[in-house]
Amino acid sequence: MVGMEDYGQFETAWCPGCGNHAILKAVKKALAGLGLAPHEVLLVTGIGQAAKAPLYMNCNMFTGLHGRSLPAATGARLANPGLTVIAESGDGCSYGEGGNHFLAALRRNVNITLLAHDNQVYGLTKGQASPTTMQGMKTKAQPFGQPSLAFNPVAVAAAMRAGFVARGFSGEIEHLAGLIQEAVRHPGFALVDILQPCVSFNKLNTFSWYKERVYRLGPEHDPTDFAQAMSKAQEFGERIPIGVIARNDRPPFEAGVPGLARGPLAARSLDRDALRRIVESYA
Amino acid sequence: MNGPDINIVIGGEAGQGLVTVGDTLSRALTRAGYEIVVTQDYMSRIRGGHNTFAIRTGPDPVSAPTVDIDILVALDQESVDLHAGQLTARGLIVAGDDLRLPDAPCLRVPYRRLAPKPLYDNVAALGVLGSAVCNDLSILERLVSEAFEKKGPEVVEANLSVLRAAYAWVREQEHPFACMPPAPADAGPRIMLNGNEAIALGALAGGCDFLSFYPMTPGTSVALALIDKGRETGLVAEQAEDEIAAVNMALGAAYAGARAIVSTSGGGFALMCEGVSLAGMLELPVVIVVAQRPGPATGLPTRSEQADLNLVLYAGHGEFPRAVFAPGGVEDCFYLTHRAFELAERYQSPAFVLTDQFLADSYRSVAPFDLDALPEPPEHLLRPEEGRAYKRYRITEDGVSPRAIPGFSEALVVSDSDEHTEDGKLTEDLSVRTAMQDKRLRKGYGLIEEAVPPDYYGPDRPDLLLVCWGSTLGAALETLRRLEGRRTRAAVLHFRQVWPLNGRQFLPFLEEAARVVMVEGNSTGQLAALIRQETGFLIDNLILRYDGLPFTAAFILAGLGSLDA
Ligand SMILES: Cc1ncc(C[n+]2csc(CCOP(=O)(O)OP(=O)(O)O)c2C)c(N)n1
Ligand code: SF4
Repeated sequence: MVGMEDYGQFETAWCPGCGNHAILKAVKKALAGLGLAPHEVLLVTGIGQAAKAPLYMNCNMFTGLHGRSLPAATGARLANPGLTVIAESGDGCSYGEGGNHFLAALRRNVNITLLAHDNQVYGLTKGQASPTTMQGMKTKAQPFGQPSLAFNPVAVAAAMRAGFVARGFSGEIEHLAGLIQEAVRHPGFALVDILQPCVSFNKLNTFSWYKERVYRLGPEHDPTDFAQAMSKAQEFGERIPIGVIARNDRPPFEAGVPGLARGPLAARSLDRDALRRIVESYA
Repeated sequence: MNGPDINIVIGGEAGQGLVTVGDTLSRALTRAGYEIVVTQDYMSRIRGGHNTFAIRTGPDPVSAPTVDIDILVALDQESVDLHAGQLTARGLIVAGDDLRLPDAPCLRVPYRRLAPKPLYDNVAALGVLGSAVCNDLSILERLVSEAFEKKGPEVVEANLSVLRAAYAWVREQEHPFACMPPAPADAGPRIMLNGNEAIALGALAGGCDFLSFYPMTPGTSVALALIDKGRETGLVAEQAEDEIAAVNMALGAAYAGARAIVSTSGGGFALMCEGVSLAGMLELPVVIVVAQRPGPATGLPTRSEQADLNLVLYAGHGEFPRAVFAPGGVEDCFYLTHRAFELAERYQSPAFVLTDQFLADSYRSVAPFDLDALPEPPEHLLRPEEGRAYKRYRITEDGVSPRAIPGFSEALVVSDSDEHTEDGKLTEDLSVRTAMQDKRLRKGYGLIEEAVPPDYYGPDRPDLLLVCWGSTLGAALETLRRLEGRRTRAAVLHFRQVWPLNGRQFLPFLEEAARVVMVEGNSTGQLAALIRQETGFLIDNLILRYDGLPFTAAFILAGLGSLDA
């Protein structure tokens, strides 16, 4: 039996009251609930406050570069399809610096999960606007209000017919843990965009701001219905739905890579006969 | 020059099939036992433009391209106009009867009589050429059959009859071209491939099982050859969304136990630099092929240069060890790429294969690579003995920490791009920082000890020492041969590994030569500067080429002439 305690307890460097604490708890809960032992899990992260999450738990960890968690996660998963690979990072990391990789991941559909801690601000670099910052919000770097429209990751993912698109809220740990479990079980790329207050730098989207708006999607929402999914994905204002927004069973990338049938790359040995045939093919 | 070798140049527009003709003729010559050096010159367009496929061939080793043309196969008027002036005394023009030709020996090929449709003109040209140089008809027949096999026996027959008609037609013509001297009878089996194909094979032999890339000429063909040949070995390949993704994907894969390669050119590599730095910090093996072309920026996309040495040497912020190989020919491409994989694995560091467009596209006939002579790829630690106590970045004497692969045991593999402790977790303890940086740098000392020494050709204490690296080797060696019998006693020092440099391996050669001349394909003398930085030895005579074309002996000899002037 795997329990949350297998994932350890660590002191963190996050601000008290930050949504990251709750997300970390939800991640551990989800993984333990799935019966996954720490060594079966690989967390790949970028850089930022959110990206520090794996430091505070036991598991395999690849902390790479700002914005680059998805390509690294993709490579690791393709090298060993036996690993449960989760990319975890902030909204700046995942949608800003890593925007192109996010789009490619949606198209590629490798079996990895992206947990994006969406605090609508760059936390680690002290509060500049991020791609999901609401239009008009003032920051030190955007003193006249953020002029650009906020990026909507959930709508973009749904529009790209991503297999699993969900929105969670750090204020609802049980619900979030459930979403993470579903995301990990989904055989293909899964996005969980997690609304999270940043108590230090985001004075607009506070815990109570979210609390007033967030509601759980009920059974009346059919995530496999594209039109419904798109409409829920667009809802972000007075009311903000959380839950599985879109879903479909597009075949994962791995299904089209015959080389993967031979097992994890690390366990293979050199096929000298094949090599000989290849050299001879140049005669 | 009228040596035993001849230079055949096929010129025409892109899309006219000159590569098919050139490729098949080269293969026929290889199968007949001749040596070849192919140089492809093409413009950055898919159709039209002026392109050439040059085959220098002969019974003895040939090493470099030359500008003199013995047979000019003109598929269009422009090829005649541009190249007729390069014909040697024995030169022959082969052209259709619709082209205007200068007053020179020529074969006017009645394509419409020999081939039923323009579709067959390639095969007709092949027959004419093969016949003109007296290549064995049966070899050509076999190649044509192999090429059309998939399209069914009728297509094969139709092409064979065009080939035979063209071959026979030449026999009836009066033309001054003498047959090539016979190939050595004991040539043994030969294969024909270009530099990038040899890099791909070297990678597979080095255990490469993962490729991620973003297309950029002339790096792309390494990826294409790998994807083609890697089917048999189960290679996992992905065309990434950009170069940044390509290198990070390779690192993610390497972390999980893959032997990963990325292939690109300077412009794409510029984008990969942060990933190179990450490889340095996470201590991950990755082999990066940088096929050089002229820059800055997009430069001359289809031409050649050796100007990215500095970029590769210094790519990535911070300090960490790396190895950089610079193959001189097709065999080097194979063996050095294999070596790059081996070193990358053993030192858990990025290793580079720095090649260029000329070598990438240059076909050669070589003996099949000796797979049995290659060392086994190093093994991974799948189940570390210390189990949960495993430390990814254990401080060791040689700087190399035992590398476990995640998912195979209870050991957790923890890697952080921040400075980290022995167990891989972020730290801001500055004494740990120093210890970790020292550990990483210690791997560099091993790399220096293992550096492949430069090759020296020629007499001791020469009057003239030509120093070069990478694909310039062939032209330098031919220069050496051309200087034979003259008063100047010349030698060549060729660097096939350009980093790290181990001065003890080559400084005596530099010091003992009366005069040292650097020959490199860039406009500032990058290797000369590096040698000075590493050894204090100043090479102040430079022959530099940066017009996009590969070195020839004639270019070097002219450079020597102007140094004297
Ligand atoms: C290439 C690069 N650019 C910039 C940075 C600086 N940087 C570190 S974290 C960060 C933003 C983090 O924001 P987000 O991803 O939203 O995470 P948060 O800190 O809010 O959790 C930036 C810009 C960096 N480390 N690397
Ligand atoms: S700055 Fe914001 S995101 Fe970072 S730890 Fe503090 S509250 Fe959390």
